[in-house]
Amino acid sequence: MTAALLLHPEFRQGVRDMAPVAAGTAAWGLMTGVAMVKSGMSLFEAVLMGVIVFAGSSQLAATPLILASAPMWVILATAFCVNLRFAVFSAHLRPYFMHQPLWRRLVSGYFTADLTYVMFTHRHPLPVSPDDIASLRAQEAYLAGNCVMGWFSWVGASLLGIALANAIPMHWGLGFAGILALLGILCSLASSRLRVVSAGVAGAAAVAAFALPLKLNILVAIAAAVAVCLVLEKPGMPPPKAGSAA
Amino acid sequence: MTDGWTVMTIFGLAIVTVITRSFFFISSKPWTLPAWAQRGLHYAPIAALSAVIIPEIVMTQGQLIATWQDARLFAALAGVGWFFWRRGVLGTIIAGMAVYLPLHIGLGW
Repeated sequence: MTAALLLHPEFRQGVRDMAPVAAGTAAWGLMTGVAMVKSGMSLFEAVLMGVIVFAGSSQLAATPLILASAPMWVILATAFCVNLRFAVFSAHLRPYFMHQPLWRRLVSGYFTADLTYVMFTHRHPLPVSPDDIASLRAQEAYLAGNCVMGWFSWVGASLLGIALANAIPMHWGLGFAGILALLGILCSLASSRLRVVSAGVAGAAAVAAFALPLKLNILVAIAAAVAVCLVLEKPGMPPPKAGSAA
Repeated sequence: MTDGWTVMTIFGLAIVTVITRSFFFISSKPWTLPAWAQRGLHYAPIAALSAVIIPEIVMTQGQLIATWQDARLFAALAGVGWFFWRRGVLGTIIAGMAVYLPLHIGLGW
């Protein structure tokens, strides 16, 4: 079954969609690797974190707490809160994954970071019925291709950053390439007026609520944007067709 | 200087990644979101991206920047400009960094 997944044309499509963005996220992973080493983690700890945690924002939030010897539950609770946006994504993804056994759902969840979530729901705007095997396989293959590309570029770049930590000055700001990658994806999603409204409201709310601890401003921003868009939708409108344009 | 406590914490962080990313599909008890919530979630991906990006472009150390002499503003404009001129995310990154690095390293913006 794994081979079938790798040979499916949608697997290559998933790789192809993620590839150009990977240059930006790799720059981000690189700087995360540099930051982990510069903060004083041991080489083994930095490599372990770079390979298994696979969540940049929680890595950056947890690193200073680890070095300050904060209690473990504080560190894990912090990471949980920083990651709360993923719980929102999981509510969206649930109907796509429920046909899978538990272990497979957990694997799918683990590898579905921000960009994979965005690209997957863009490419496959609607979940399909569990009887439609061909479409399910296409969705699984797309997700797998996207995740593989995303994982290798992020982890590879993190390891490179760990190796070159003393050669790459933080003040160059290479990590900004990651922001530009996300900005490109944002532009490609801005295909309807309400989506532009969603981006505007979320951006403004994230700035206004920035003082909240634990990156909770991101959660507030998503909630505000979704609420405003639901109010602005005309009553009785059919669900927005994601991915119809761009 | 590796210690067991830190290694356990790092494994804990990986488990947190799994739990948060799988949060609503860990349980297989059947339930569905109300229709309005399902509609609303279609606006979530772009909102999440925007919420992550915008503060990184217009804020420094928790404060809205008060100057236009910031390399990030020009780089973001260049990136968006490229995107709507040519499409393509790689070009957006390259155009943005081509503006960002000289302003940031050269002029210290």
